[in-house]
Amino acid sequence: MPLTPVLTTRWGAEQSWRLSAYEQLEGYTALRTALDMAPDELVTLVKDSGLRGRGGAGFPTGMKWSFIPQPKPGESPTGPAAMPKYLVVNADEGEPGTCKDLPLMMADPHSLVEGVIISAYAIRCHFAVIYVRGEAVHAHRRLVAAVEEAYAAGYLGSDILGSGYDLELVVHAGAGAYICGEETALLDSLEGYRGQPRLKPPFPAVAGLYGAPTVINNVETLASVPFIVRGGADWFKEFGPEKSPGPKIYSLSGRVVRPGQYEAPMGTTMRELLEMAGGVRPGHELKFWTPGGSSTPYFTSEHLDVPLDFDSVAAAGSMLGTTALMVFDETDSIVEATLRFTEFYAHESCGKCTPCREGTYWLVQILERIAHGRGTAQDLDLLIDTCDNILGRAFCALGDGATSCIVSSLKYFKDDYVALLPPEEQARLGRSLRLEPVGAAS
Amino acid sequence: MSALPGSAEGTAVTGLDSSPVTPPPADLPLLTDQARLEAREIMARYPVPRSALLPMLHLVQSYQGYVTPEGVALCAEELGLTKAEVGAVATFYTMYKRRPTGRHLVSVCTNTLCNVLGGQRIMDALSADLGVHHDETTADGSITLEHAECLAACDYAPVVTVDYEFYDQQDVESARELVAALRRGEKPLPTRGAPLTDFRGISRQLAGFSQHADAAAAAAAVDAAGELGPTLVGLRLAEERGESAPPMQQAATSSSGAQPAEAAGVESAQRGAPEPAGRSLADQNNGTETPAGAEPGTSGQGPGKA
Repeated sequence: MPLTPVLTTRWGAEQSWRLSAYEQLEGYTALRTALDMAPDELVTLVKDSGLRGRGGAGFPTGMKWSFIPQPKPGESPTGPAAMPKYLVVNADEGEPGTCKDLPLMMADPHSLVEGVIISAYAIRCHFAVIYVRGEAVHAHRRLVAAVEEAYAAGYLGSDILGSGYDLELVVHAGAGAYICGEETALLDSLEGYRGQPRLKPPFPAVAGLYGAPTVINNVETLASVPFIVRGGADWFKEFGPEKSPGPKIYSLSGRVVRPGQYEAPMGTTMRELLEMAGGVRPGHELKFWTPGGSSTPYFTSEHLDVPLDFDSVAAAGSMLGTTALMVFDETDSIVEATLRFTEFYAHESCGKCTPCREGTYWLVQILERIAHGRGTAQDLDLLIDTCDNILGRAFCALGDGATSCIVSSLKYFKDDYVALLPPEEQARLGRSLRLEPVGAAS
Repeated sequence: MSALPGSAEGTAVTGLDSSPVTPPPADLPLLTDQARLEAREIMARYPVPRSALLPMLHLVQSYQGYVTPEGVALCAEELGLTKAEVGAVATFYTMYKRRPTGRHLVSVCTNTLCNVLGGQRIMDALSADLGVHHDETTADGSITLEHAECLAACDYAPVVTVDYEFYDQQDVESARELVAALRRGEKPLPTRGAPLTDFRGISRQLAGFSQHADAAAAAAAVDAAGELGPTLVGLRLAEERGESAPPMQQAATSSSGAQPAEAAGVESAQRGAPEPAGRSLADQNNGTETPAGAEPGTSGQGPGKA
């Protein structure tokens, strides 16, 4: 597939983050179109486009919007339909490997702001928040400046462009907690609490921010909306497979010649992307890679031709996640890589539920002793057993994600673990190694 | 006060009181009335005031360099919470520091991807040079060193941040030079980000206020460019290869209200893909100072909802 810059198309322009540059490059034209449409027409348009959330889960965006209870004509609304609606942007990018939203917010913050205004109008919301990761100070700075410019130009505030529509938009800085990328933890954090996930249901569409109906969308998702308004649903579906369409920012990092952001249609393969990035560094070969960040099971050189869209990657045993393609070669230790990811999850576990809080702690202990040559014959089974007690039993997806790298590394590279065991332990290895967690089914 | 038996030195006394064991430094600036007014300004941005707590804690750090007992008390008073409730929040988040922070906070990513490219070696070298470990501050108060989890810059790995500004594609030597320069009081320009101020300055920005003395300095921070190789690599390659997205079928400037889907078939010469202009690095100006007391009300946010 060819490269298809859409979201990235303005990134190289002079001062692309400024309103003047944005307006010269069709900026805010989609907003004018959108404000002439009825909100429901916009929801239908985004549904028809097939846009799926770019934050990792791939939930259809238009459908998410349509879950917001709205007053019915001729009836006086009660319950959630009568409450204010909120739009919250998840800009808390922190999944290891993921580095697409920060460059977008730095280079083209107005595309996010325009996407927010259109989307807020579609769900009849008058207060929106961009929750941006605290450490992302340059992105935060550019966003704050973009929001200021948008207010001054009449794109935000009251009676936007004479449409009678009002919207306030606040840029809110987080404070360093990966868990706040989980949407309900983000809401708790935004309400001024520890960022711990909430039990679902109720889903945020019914009871979200301040208990009111709330849409939470990822940065790349919302930045796609103005393009859909301008180009139409059919245009958007020209990119990639029917059920998972659109342009996608693929982030290549690690042992490649030219790491960076490559925007191509959904369904582009790793083989194609590696070729664009100049391949694995000279003299070395690909050993393992992640299709979508540390929470997505590893792939190997067997998976170079898997189309990188939500459904194909799932069918191949991983997840598209955030299209964070971390590339490792034969000099990189799968056990060390997995240990570092696991330390990350142990550090970022919020502590709310026992399987994740205790499980990630013990996974680090086991992996550490294996990595340092002190593992025992039982440790590989113990790893699997521990994962088995986290996956499907944790409160939110953080715990599930923590097991992905361990289970998949044992599936593809068991020998690498065995080689690190002391010889006497290797001799005691039984045949009991189960390679898949069995529990998740309850 | 002393920590619980078995606690590491410097540990908080109990979970109910985030006060550090060591007394506050003698030169700790007080939280002024201005700080209280700014806290209220933050509260006015939100439909529910408690949403202001995270930015308010950043504000406390902008005055005092860490989350002090005094700062916890101020947040609690303004929001009608107990100090325990505020402490519970403050202790949850990595960016809220519980001991005085150095003038600059140096963070080294040691997560998997940065590590395979040398992140841990950088951390170890800086730790040896500075004589401090993770989350410790040099005796001269110039630098707090920490190892960080993924900083969302894997395409620029390995990365180091100073006061959260990016210094991309570092190696042991470049990072050691960077930190040595910081200790000499210099402020080397980030490779992607605004000229450095200091940890307190950036905390002020995170609270939603300008950390700069005047509008020109604030604009310069926003417009600070950088070395954007990995960010633009795909875009440049597409230009080189003559590849682009399928053209939109509808004139982009239409505001007729027609639904784009209905307008399909109208060929338009206009495409949203401009010729990107070349980028040059901004003037290599030096870092700016954090103004001692920026004027109140210089909010970096849109209009409040007071």
